[in-house]
Amino acid sequence: MDIQKIRNQFPELSEKVYGKSLVYFDNAATSLKPVSVIDKWLKMSEKYNANIHRAVHYTATVATDEFEAARDRVKDFLNAPSRDGIVFTSGTTASINLVAYSFGEAFIHEGDEVLVTEAEHHSDIVPWQMLCERKGAVLKVAGVDDDGYIDLESFKKLCGGRVRIAAVTHVSNVLGIVNPVKEMVRICHEAGIPVLVDGAQGIVHEKVDVQEMDCDFYAFSGHKMYAAAGTGVLYGKKKWLELMPPYMGGGEMIETVRFSGTTYAKPPGKFEAGTQNISGVPTFVPAIEMLESLNGGDSLAYGEAVNEYLADSLSADERIRVFGVPRRTEDKIPLFSFAVDGVHHEDLALLLDKMGIAVRSGQMCAEPLMDRFGVTGMLRVSLLPYNTMEEAEYFIKSLDKAILMLS
Amino acid sequence: MGSTLQEAKDRLIEDFSMFDEWLDKYEYLIDLGKNLQPYPEEKKTEDRLIKGCQSRVWMDWRLEDGRIYFTADSDAIITRGIISMLISVYSGRTAAEIAADDFSFIDRIGLRENLSPTRTNGLLSMISTIRSVAQNNI
Repeated sequence: MDIQKIRNQFPELSEKVYGKSLVYFDNAATSLKPVSVIDKWLKMSEKYNANIHRAVHYTATVATDEFEAARDRVKDFLNAPSRDGIVFTSGTTASINLVAYSFGEAFIHEGDEVLVTEAEHHSDIVPWQMLCERKGAVLKVAGVDDDGYIDLESFKKLCGGRVRIAAVTHVSNVLGIVNPVKEMVRICHEAGIPVLVDGAQGIVHEKVDVQEMDCDFYAFSGHKMYAAAGTGVLYGKKKWLELMPPYMGGGEMIETVRFSGTTYAKPPGKFEAGTQNISGVPTFVPAIEMLESLNGGDSLAYGEAVNEYLADSLSADERIRVFGVPRRTEDKIPLFSFAVDGVHHEDLALLLDKMGIAVRSGQMCAEPLMDRFGVTGMLRVSLLPYNTMEEAEYFIKSLDKAILMLS
Repeated sequence: MGSTLQEAKDRLIEDFSMFDEWLDKYEYLIDLGKNLQPYPEEKKTEDRLIKGCQSRVWMDWRLEDGRIYFTADSDAIITRGIISMLISVYSGRTAAEIAADDFSFIDRIGLRENLSPTRTNGLLSMISTIRSVAQNNI
């Protein structure tokens, strides 16, 4: 496989920072964009900028077709039973907030419970806390073990009583551990509890089949999976989307509007109030094409080798403590969060930055996890198939140099 | 101290101008950080914590013979280096001297544009603490 051919499709990879080649290891925050996605976005902005679904003129029709083609593509990508279960949002956060609000309005009452896990991103904690505050409900939290796996026994025990919905992450953005979401959905459904899966990281690395997973909702962002920023998806089972009240009122989400009362459109329109991200959403089509080509074939084996090299190098270094230790290699995405004894994560990130390496440092929007592992922050490197073995080797060498400078 | 506020600033600007590479400047900041005067553990309290930094920064001060003496600490070493610079320039000065300063030497060293925004915020928070202590003591 010619990795350079892949890299050529991502213009930002040829950028220099401080005169050095950029090593982009902050992919869990956002992925770089391939030319195909940039071109689609440009085309939608340059040639077919028109508002969708309303006007009868030519460009509006093209724009609408492109937007709706993206819905079909996402539906196939997720193996969703119907295109009406695909709601476009601005990102994972918006998708989760939509469910926390709308589902909450319809089904959560005083004294009810909402179940989350300790591995959640703030975006899958705070909307539920806000819901609980609004409704007088109670947030229950299932813990993770020392290796970063969700404690299924404690999760099971919490499933019951007055839990009305559970929200679990497919893959933690800190630990990189792939959670057994299918099993967790089964456990919840046995207790009659619907499940939202936060797929912000999962969608990028795991094959997602929402029918097989049987989740009630699956939320993810476009920008982490090569699509334009400001795009996101909420997949929802029809029965819920139909019963849930709208999240926002406005244009497009209505059937008829009278001052005496308004009726709402059917899903997904009911949840797509206002002008949508008309230039961004069509980029899902080339983005999914890119993702499917990169997550299969030759690049899979190459990525695994890079991943293994990083895992081995980091865990062999006695100064380094890695969080999220997989029991099987397939349980982990190429993401490594770690702390270095006696060295502050931010100092490391600053030095690595000057060496041209983009990493993430801090609490990574997961303060409860930082508390769980007794640290004030971590350093995180996260890779995509366009990252190379050379970059990984340069990173390990640079990290060693930075640690020596700081100790 | 011996030197004036202006002399202390000039010395730092000169020290930093000796390095072309930013990695070397960081090395220098790390050295300054390692040699920062010890800060008492019992003064690492919530009310002395400066908001706006990704790393934690505690700052304390006392007034003695009309001069303000600052002490500070951080859990990150590069931040400790920055603290050390700020202390060498502003500690032991009168409130009026500090309040009259425009803090532009930070820009002349190139610190502001070479630190990430989160770190710059921390730097700005430290500066605004020093400034408000001075203003409250005029």
